[in-house]
Amino acid sequence: MSNMIIGRYVPGNSIIHRLDPRAKLILSVSFIILIFLANNWLGYLILGLFTLLAVASTKISLAIYLKGLKPVLWLIVFTIVLQLFFSPSGHVYWAFGPFTVTNTGIINAVYVFLRFLFIILMSTVLTLTTQPLALADALEYLMKPLLKIKFPVYELSLMLAIALRFVPTLMDETVKVMNAQRARGVDFANGSIVKRSKAIVPILIPLFVGAIQRAIDLGDAMEARGYQGGENRTKFRVLAWQRRDSLAVLVFMCVLVILVGTRFLM
Amino acid sequence: MENIIEVKNISYQYPSSTSKALDNLSFSVTKGEWVAIIGHNGSGKSTLAKLLNYLLVADAGEILIDGQLVNEANMWTVRNKVGMVFQNPENQFVGATVADDVAFGLENRGIERERMLALVPAALKEVQMDVFADREPTHLSGGQKQRVALAGIIAVAPKIIILDEATAMLDPKGRKEVIAAIRKLKDRLGKELTVISITHDIDEAADADRILVINDGQLVEEGTPATIFSSGQRLLALGLDVPYAEQLKLALKNLDVDVPEEYLDEERLVQWLWQLNLKM
Ligand SMILES: Nc1ncnc2c1ncn2[C@@H]1O[C@H](COP(=O)(O)OP(=O)(O)OP(=O)(O)O)[C@@H](O)[C@H]1O
Ligand SMILES: [Mg+2]
Repeated sequence: MSNMIIGRYVPGNSIIHRLDPRAKLILSVSFIILIFLANNWLGYLILGLFTLLAVASTKISLAIYLKGLKPVLWLIVFTIVLQLFFSPSGHVYWAFGPFTVTNTGIINAVYVFLRFLFIILMSTVLTLTTQPLALADALEYLMKPLLKIKFPVYELSLMLAIALRFVPTLMDETVKVMNAQRARGVDFANGSIVKRSKAIVPILIPLFVGAIQRAIDLGDAMEARGYQGGENRTKFRVLAWQRRDSLAVLVFMCVLVILVGTRFLM
Repeated sequence: MENIIEVKNISYQYPSSTSKALDNLSFSVTKGEWVAIIGHNGSGKSTLAKLLNYLLVADAGEILIDGQLVNEANMWTVRNKVGMVFQNPENQFVGATVADDVAFGLENRGIERERMLALVPAALKEVQMDVFADREPTHLSGGQKQRVALAGIIAVAPKIIILDEATAMLDPKGRKEVIAAIRKLKDRLGKELTVISITHDIDEAADADRILVINDGQLVEEGTPATIFSSGQRLLALGLDVPYAEQLKLALKNLDVDVPEEYLDEERLVQWLWQLNLKM
């Protein structure tokens, strides 16, 4: 269970793994925005090729990516069905009551599907190749301008880092508590939803009590080690922007230009 | 002799509690000393440790650390001088990796990164955790985590180290490794390091220069391990263990066998025992 760390980072040494987390974070967010610029098949083709290129460069097996799609499968199907059957305009192929299938409906359904696919694949590229902590570091760096308005950037990122550090610990604890309750005869697997939900309560309470004790201890330990808040602290871990990061941005810019080009071309 | 810690008549009561956790407690520790504090569960040992570096504030009395009064104005200088290792290995591991955790104290003190890059590996080497620098805490044993905690303290070079049952949650192997690491550090720094070791482990206490026995928030006895353990019955009455070797010695003494005065751990007792008949 402790392997079920959020972000599902898969260690590796590919070019994408080695990119600066700031580059990866900015580019994946920008890419998601970029997707909405595409309005024709050529645009989607280019986006698809770019996505495939990114996925392939991670050197992580496709099966892992497909697993990432699973949890949102129903959302995708639902949206596609909505697009497919409720398109108000276009040439009508088939109609039954409120349901109409039109040519624009089909095209929109395909586009929506592709958008979902690209967004999920790209964000999976990000989480598979970047340690959660590196992401927290990147976030801290990118939020730095907010220091001007007295936003507690350093505190927030330390909180995030500590939260991430304790995820496996709390997972282990959950398993321990569940086993302890099972040993006392609590059944988590059977019974009605109400019954099963009730069984969760005796897990949550010891878990919360434990977590609060941990928080108190951790606060003591941090203070004893001289923690006085974010200011005047130096950083041991630093992010280093490399040539390859600039290169990645450049490639992205090219895709952006081409994509804008297709809007005028078609 | 210079006193590095002076505790004068301190009392403390938890706001939510009806009785005093510490009651008019006084003692002092000389520079370079290794003092063990023993006492049954809830006798106030952890409370004392927290008062020493201002994690808790005494209701009455005063504490001097290295000549400095422990108060709000001095708390950060005091904390620079006092390093603490707590009982639960998991709950004091702040960093995402071993190296990050060791660097935490340095970061707090605003040490430049260049120096951290030298200090962190050196501290990890001292506790023999250098090969684990990039490990995450989930993949470490309790003993390894405690050694990392120790490295985090070594890196900031305090004058005093307080171990609040730092080995209590460890298996025997982990316990040995942590104690060995502290011993090594103490041997290297000699008089420059003062160690306060709060412990339930009698053999750990027996290694100290001096033992303080705390009962219900009060100091009930202090002395060398040999004198403390020779009053075996009293320790048992306070709910404390007496080392097995000491119990045996006591029994032998009652049989008029001439036993050595100094404290012997089990191994040394065995040594002594098998040579006993040779001498006779
Ligand atoms: N946060 C708290 N709030 C209220 N009472 C507390 C708190 N922490 C400790 N106490 C009480 O204060 C007394 C001293 O506790 P302390 O933790 O100092 O004992 P200890 O000697 O360290 O025990 P142990 O060997 O179990 O670690 C105990 O009676 C305990 O119940
Ligand atoms: Mg305690």
